[in-house]
Amino acid sequence: MDQTATRIANASAIAAGEPVLEVKNLTTEFPMRTHTLKAVDNVSFTLRYGRTLCVVGESGSGKSVTARSILQIVDRPGRITEGEILFHQHLTSKGLEGAGTIDLAQLPPRSPAIRAIRGRDIAMIFQEPMSSLSPVHTIGSQIIEAIRLHDGAAKKEARERAIELLRSVEIPNPEHAIDRYPFEYSGGMRQRAMIAMALSCSPSVLIADEPTTALDVTTQAEILDLMRDLQEKFGMALMFITHDMGVVAEIADEVVVMRHGKLVERGSVEDIFHQPQHDYTKRLLGAVLELDEPSPKRLEMRARKPLGPPIVRLKGLEKKFFMSKGLFTKRQDPIVAVGGVDLTLYEGENLGIVGESGSGKTTLGRCIVRVHEPTGGEIHYRRANGKEVEVLTLGKSGLQDIRREMRMVFQDPFGSLNPRMTVQQIIGEPLVCNGETNARVIRDRVAELLEMVGLPTQTMERYPHAFSGGQRQRIGVARSIALDPRLIIADEATSALDVSLRTQVLDLLLDLQERLELSFIFISHDISVIRYFCDRIAVMYRGRVVETGDTLEVCDNPQHAYTKALLSAVPRPDPRRRKMHQRHRYHEPAA
Amino acid sequence: MATVAERQDLANNEVASQWKLMWWSFRRHRLAMVALGVVLLLYLMALFAEFLAPFNPHEANRRAIYHPPQAIKLIDTDEAGNWSIRPYVNAFKLERDPFTLQANYVPQEGEKIYLTFFGRGATYNLWGLFESDLHFLTTVDPTERFYWFGADRLGRDMVSRTIYGTRISMSIGLVGVTLSLIFGIILGGVSGYYGGYIDLVIQRIVEFVLSLPTIPIWLGLSAALPRDWSPMSRYFAITVILSLVGWTELARVVRGRFLSLRSEDYVTAARLDGASEGRVIFRHMLPSMFSHVIASVTLAIPLMILAETSLSFLGLGLQPPIISWGVLLKEAQNIRSIAQAPWLFVPGGFVVISVLSLNFLGDGLRDAADPYAQGRE
Repeated sequence: MDQTATRIANASAIAAGEPVLEVKNLTTEFPMRTHTLKAVDNVSFTLRYGRTLCVVGESGSGKSVTARSILQIVDRPGRITEGEILFHQHLTSKGLEGAGTIDLAQLPPRSPAIRAIRGRDIAMIFQEPMSSLSPVHTIGSQIIEAIRLHDGAAKKEARERAIELLRSVEIPNPEHAIDRYPFEYSGGMRQRAMIAMALSCSPSVLIADEPTTALDVTTQAEILDLMRDLQEKFGMALMFITHDMGVVAEIADEVVVMRHGKLVERGSVEDIFHQPQHDYTKRLLGAVLELDEPSPKRLEMRARKPLGPPIVRLKGLEKKFFMSKGLFTKRQDPIVAVGGVDLTLYEGENLGIVGESGSGKTTLGRCIVRVHEPTGGEIHYRRANGKEVEVLTLGKSGLQDIRREMRMVFQDPFGSLNPRMTVQQIIGEPLVCNGETNARVIRDRVAELLEMVGLPTQTMERYPHAFSGGQRQRIGVARSIALDPRLIIADEATSALDVSLRTQVLDLLLDLQERLELSFIFISHDISVIRYFCDRIAVMYRGRVVETGDTLEVCDNPQHAYTKALLSAVPRPDPRRRKMHQRHRYHEPAA
Repeated sequence: MATVAERQDLANNEVASQWKLMWWSFRRHRLAMVALGVVLLLYLMALFAEFLAPFNPHEANRRAIYHPPQAIKLIDTDEAGNWSIRPYVNAFKLERDPFTLQANYVPQEGEKIYLTFFGRGATYNLWGLFESDLHFLTTVDPTERFYWFGADRLGRDMVSRTIYGTRISMSIGLVGVTLSLIFGIILGGVSGYYGGYIDLVIQRIVEFVLSLPTIPIWLGLSAALPRDWSPMSRYFAITVILSLVGWTELARVVRGRFLSLRSEDYVTAARLDGASEGRVIFRHMLPSMFSHVIASVTLAIPLMILAETSLSFLGLGLQPPIISWGVLLKEAQNIRSIAQAPWLFVPGGFVVISVLSLNFLGDGLRDAADPYAQGRE
């Protein structure tokens, strides 16, 4: 396309590394009921042509607010109180004659001046690809609108450019894909479409706010790959916000580490990863690197105490979801969430189940405790007295007995605790439901459990919203061990937590395993967590287990093609070992 | 392990309860605050009707038929020009036109009926507990009468009647809504919790009930009530009739909440904890929808009030001697009262005020019910 060609020619006229956007001493405040919260506190950095700046930090560190401040789209009542955001318009490829440096911080948030810059010069991609695309318009019409709004191009020309853009973000068959609706796209395709839209006016600066967080690892790898290719092609400056150090190592040129709204450290990706200066950066990296290796505590525990006999055996476990038959609709084919899974868990073992979203791993976990009724197969559970029972044939009271021994820890630390109950009521609930009536006994037991999970006992009168995510997850763990279980099924128990908290929670679980002789089924999409915590791993793909084996063996020498693709897509927290380009891709063999 | 700093943080953190958060966001809703005040005043009025009403509402007065309203004046000036705070009304005298025999009330200049706060009047029995004859505002001379809102066709004081009417009208809403709430929570809860065919059946029933034209149903049902029932049993029968229709909306609200809560992890957790179904529903699910239910109840009360008013207005609801706003408005049905005694519409004004303020209150509560949804981080 001509446009693209001109664009590339223009871009190459500007030397890579030229500063295009400078943020100086930026402070953004949110007035609260009692005090003012400085969400961004005196932050400075520079975005350069053809370079990627990664802003990294844990949740609540002010990364997103920084990005939003640049475009003046901070949620009310937040506002920029100090600092400059210098945008060097004369240095951009669109640099008009006479255009100079603009201080974006001075522009009113609703002024036409800032509106002209948004999208045209500085574009943004958001985390949630579903909610940032309009569901009632086709992908094409949304991109075309963006092009016409800023460039005033004719309809036909805009459409051609939109197709060109979709092709450049590697959407297959763009001539047809352009007339599809967002719901017809997969998550990764939607994010590609978002990127296409952001690129529609060939911006000089692209801000990506956690664009891959909601995606699976393999999709994430594709998107990261794509973004780097596009940057090489178009030469724009990229500001990439993420909490994942692996992603940072993979794509960053420069890194800004943020914490509590303050800039902690700034430097090249090499320096940050190999010579971190600040303690916090070291800690952050430490947590990531720690997760890269198996837990030493676990290895030591296994060496001391060998695994016992099988505690759970799954035989051909199957779960189909039948779409409800409406009055006027035809019966549809059932969806096979879990299709014939055979697995064995030994006593004292941690079995990891890994897979991408939709692989059926959560359903599998829930079938074992019969939250979902399996539609076929067998679950054999060996009780403490050595007698084996078939869980699927149990009646109500038998099932309740089993559920005392098999407990669950949930993913969402917010949704899994009843907001209307105090911590004491939440943790005491399993005791109450299993016939404990003495309030004093319950209180003492709850205090003991809180102590075990490392929370102060005086917190038991509090409601869950007073706790942070990590603390809530501890409460969830305390609830699950209240009845002295033998098996815990942890469904993505650490996924909602920041990296530094993940190791803490995993160590807590290992600690409890030692004290209470537990076995774990640990469901996760995160290979590093599994490698740290699990002895054995089962890889799930489309409802089936494609590979099982010792964690290290599978991680180092995967046999199945899908496992290879999955493992090679995981970004490594080491900028010297970038490998996205050499990754495997898995295409399901035609049936 | 949680660090020491984190522990310290937790111990010091002051925490606002759910209700406090709700109250905070409710307070920001000005109109709802005013409405809350009005509603409270109306219920106080209903509670202390005997004390607030100047006279016995059933006491007819042959000499005050369609007596027009008298303005209450607070400052009394005597001939010498001295003034004092002493409430009074100007007396009216009944005169008949010698040819048409039409009754005319003529104000009598200088003839004053003095009023007093906390004066003695007709004896009453407050809540069946206290015998008293204390009235908030009454005439100094117990044999005299004053008519702030005028009098009806039997010469009964409209102020007293309206105040007594508040009691029935505002409480029929509460009783009716309580009944619909019970139906609504049980049926909506069952429908949302179990889903499937049960849900299908209950939802079709709801749709069926909603599709029935309400007024003919009410008319039919209340016409079926035996004539010889006492006024009190008719009152209860009518609340039941009203709530038979009123439960549907609540059932839908409750069902929707149950459907969304059913998939929450904490409900699954409660099931895995071994909680019985009843416990899951009442202990875990209901409390989290309480605020929503309260809001929809507040919005349902005015519907009940309106329903009662329309039924009574049509003569098929409550019957005299029970006094409700609807019964009072029935008096204002004919052209004669519009022409001759427009003050008979005063209870209608009360209906409007109470319905509006309950609606505003419900809106405010509904907005406040979800303090978490308002982007607090």
